[in-house]
Amino acid sequence: MTIRTRGATPPTRSGGPGAAVLELRGVTKVFGRGDAQTVALQGVDLRVERGQFVTVVGASGCGKSTMLNLIAGLERPTEGTITVDGNVAFMFQDPTLLPWLTARQNVDLALRLAGVERARRGARTQDLLELVNLGGFEDKRPHELSGGMRQRVSLARVLAQDAQVVLMDEPLGALDAMTRDKMHDEIERIWTQLGLTVVFVTHNMREAVRLGDRVVLLSSRPGRVKRDTRIDLARPRKMDSAEVATHAAELTDALSEEVAAHVG
Amino acid sequence: MSADVLTPIVDDAPVRREGRSPGSRIWGWVWPKLMAIAIVLALWELLYLILVTWTGKRPEYIFPAPATALSSFWEMVGTSRFWEYVATTMQRAVIGYSIALLIGTLVGLAVARSQALRAGVGSLITGLQTMPSIAWFPFAIVVMGYNESAITLVVLIGAAPSIANGVLSGIDHIPPQFLRLGDVLGARGVARYRHIVVPAMLPNYVSGLNQGWAFAWRSLMAGELLGVAGATLGLGNALNAARNMNDMGKLEAVMIAILIIGMLVDGIFTSISGGLRRRRGLTIDR
Repeated sequence: MTIRTRGATPPTRSGGPGAAVLELRGVTKVFGRGDAQTVALQGVDLRVERGQFVTVVGASGCGKSTMLNLIAGLERPTEGTITVDGNVAFMFQDPTLLPWLTARQNVDLALRLAGVERARRGARTQDLLELVNLGGFEDKRPHELSGGMRQRVSLARVLAQDAQVVLMDEPLGALDAMTRDKMHDEIERIWTQLGLTVVFVTHNMREAVRLGDRVVLLSSRPGRVKRDTRIDLARPRKMDSAEVATHAAELTDALSEEVAAHVG
Repeated sequence: MSADVLTPIVDDAPVRREGRSPGSRIWGWVWPKLMAIAIVLALWELLYLILVTWTGKRPEYIFPAPATALSSFWEMVGTSRFWEYVATTMQRAVIGYSIALLIGTLVGLAVARSQALRAGVGSLITGLQTMPSIAWFPFAIVVMGYNESAITLVVLIGAAPSIANGVLSGIDHIPPQFLRLGDVLGARGVARYRHIVVPAMLPNYVSGLNQGWAFAWRSLMAGELLGVAGATLGLGNALNAARNMNDMGKLEAVMIAILIIGMLVDGIFTSISGGLRRRRGLTIDR
């Protein structure tokens, strides 16, 4: 297992039993310089244990996506350190399937770029597509699949990267309600089955409560961790259950206060 | 119960398309062309009737009827001489175009990599593209001599800028999320080009190749008309010879041949580009 640390200050190694698989310490990200400077994130601390499902919610422009980009290593923090124990995979808001490849080839490409040898790729691709319930659609091209199916291929591709930490940036935002509910079940099943660690960004509070072991509220401009709430409801949960609604309403109030304070 | 629950499942079914039989596909490709030919012949016949038959402004041997030209064309197609012309011309086209393909692609890829090159060379490429390639002939003849290489040079200069521009516009139009995906999947260096950049730029690249071919073909005809080619004769030389002999039937027959070859090659590019777009779901099947 590899420990990768990136940050503005020298890397610090976290270790010992119960260590976090992902840890952000005092992470600040500033875009631009001088007058055009925007502080996207300020002093964000976040510790995610192995196997946890953490959902991150905040008003638009609060730096949720920036946070994921920093964790994935697509951008570097201005200050602070990010420690990731293992590999990171990223699931985008858009399925981002390559239109010239079939569903199978899209998944295969991830394996290939990860250096998996050809002999092992065929069976692995098949397993992954079956895991996301796409058996029988392997040779379809993205334009021949529905939105929900494309997002499943995208999920299979994320799983192909064999990562310990999976980042999801509002992956279900563009789906209709029923397809989205089905995807919640799938993601939850796969998360349990594979023992993944997931950081899931959304702007939908009920979705956050439906999926998360913890819901992290981010304040806006600059983004900070406003609240970090454990959700102890039994799984599987339903988006429209009373418990989920109550938790979501409470968190929404907290977030509205934040937005109001910010605007005022 | 929220209103969401009432939303019918419309999203989770695969998109179905009716397949068309090969026969109907070929017919769909052929009939518009037949119709276009019929329209051209009808207009030509009308012009012939006006100029020759009704007003007598032009004698028959100066402006032959389509039937005369077509029979002259058929006669010409039966001769081995004609096929030698075609072979010579096509050989020149293929040589010049192949070099243009190589140089245009490499220059395009190199220019796309660097901002500085982009600013300078990019506009130069567009400049070269707008410059009529026939303007290069005097230069080519002086530098390369009165021979094949002068023609090759001008065909190359005609085609390469369009091909390089095809690469540039292909790379410019790659959706940024594909590049981001490449980063996330760890596609770097050659792998990035092989799996992301090159396939993503293909549709625009093929358009550039098609345009490059059109310019190459024009440059080649111009060169052959100028009689640059020395010993071996191509279609352009034949055209020039027909003009010198006032053999209008033959002149029009050669023109028809030039048109047909141009259309056939264009058809190849169109079918490649159509196939690319269809596989990517960029076309609407009817």
